Amino acid sequence: MELKVLKPPLTGETVQMLRAGDFVTLQGIIYTARDAAHQRMVRAIADGEPLPFDPAGQVIYYTGPCPGFDNHPIGSCGPTTSSRMDGYTVDLLKLGLKGMIGKGERSKEVREAMREYQAVYLATIGGAGAYLSRRVVKAEIVAYQDLGPEAIMRLEIVDFPCIVAVDVHGGNLYREFTKGEK
Amino acid sequence: MRTIKSEDITQAVAKAAIEANTSLPADIYQALKEAYEQEKLPQARYILEVLLENADLAQKEGLALCQDTGLVVVNIIHGQEVYVQGDLQAAINEGIRLGYRQGHFRASVVKDPFTRDNTGDNTPCIIHSEIVPGDTMRITVFPKGAGSENMGRVAMLKPGAGVQGIIDFVVETAEIAGGSPCPPLVVGVGVGGNMEMASYLAKKALMKPLGMPGPHPELQQTLLDSINQTGIGPQGLGGRTTALGVNLEVYPTHIASLPVAVNLGCHSTRRCTIEL
Repeated sequence: MELKVLKPPLTGETVQMLRAGDFVTLQGIIYTARDAAHQRMVRAIADGEPLPFDPAGQVIYYTGPCPGFDNHPIGSCGPTTSSRMDGYTVDLLKLGLKGMIGKGERSKEVREAMREYQAVYLATIGGAGAYLSRRVVKAEIVAYQDLGPEAIMRLEIVDFPCIVAVDVHGGNLYREFTKGEK
Repeated sequence: MRTIKSEDITQAVAKAAIEANTSLPADIYQALKEAYEQEKLPQARYILEVLLENADLAQKEGLALCQDTGLVVVNIIHGQEVYVQGDLQAAINEGIRLGYRQGHFRASVVKDPFTRDNTGDNTPCIIHSEIVPGDTMRITVFPKGAGSENMGRVAMLKPGAGVQGIIDFVVETAEIAGGSPCPPLVVGVGVGGNMEMASYLAKKALMKPLGMPGPHPELQQTLLDSINQTGIGPQGLGGRTTALGVNLEVYPTHIASLPVAVNLGCHSTRRCTIEL
């Protein structure tokens, strides 16, 4: 099994090399954001206000972790359902977001925008929160602390496993199984 | 009459909340292991292997199996000869508060569905109770994640839809859900009663261990086989194992009704039952 290593920030060139079904690992910095953080970021974009981090080239991980303990920077931190972020995603892709990590299908609108703006959607293993927490070596809150587990965090990750689920060439691992295409 | 102190209920619930969130039930672990042995697709095998490793690690280190430690459902089978000294509902919520703090679990409950401020301690839980003969109290703590809960459905079918109508609705629910509810699933199906009863039956079905005798074992097997024929597979990325099991609960219903509810559970369908 060939294993590709991705080190954000990503370029369009790197994204183009990825194909749905590829096993990859990530190294370096990614940002967490889920429902409430996305809502705030998209509102900030609409209001012309600065974002907590520049999404250009970055990867967002859809997760709301458990708190860390016993000298571990983070608790259980698996992916949440990505489709809830679909309505906010295109605005971030327009600003150069290059990758998203989550679980489950994405909308047609998001997949088309991913093609247009050259971004990749990576699935990691939902429900493997304990396992994935040990791939995070550093975690710090960068914004929206009042949101509790929904705050935006910067994570430093090592050997973080993902499978390319939607690529920029029309590949979509979910497509052939799922009913009710939106 | 037997008296149970509310403080004892609090301590027992706290312990059960920690146990449920960190230790995968043996029947589910075994089912994941069997699924791993049967899968051929590399991504399906890989995912199942990681899930087994995740369960081992969570148990060894007292980590939450999944960061979504859920909106907790607490089911009480309350013997009518049991007298609870103190406030039972407050005692249960205090147990959840305590267990979630001690376990370092995520607070996932918002106070109001519109304003959406986090309560900060994962309370309140949802309490169901049934009064039965006897002098014991059985409490099941069932942390339920939203990824799977969000994909459940209820239908008020026409009686003429019959068994096929039920099968179609259940399979369609799994298909619409796809990878979002973290398959391989545990599927709780409630048939009969009225609208809220069907939903409650589906939840009760989900709380049962896999492979327990049910009212219609053949239908349960048909539902399981049909769901697994969809090919959705672990995490929706393809494979043979879309569901680990289907549990069915039924209740008498109206001459004009055929309510069906499907409550989906993820591969980490967690539960802990205590008896006082």
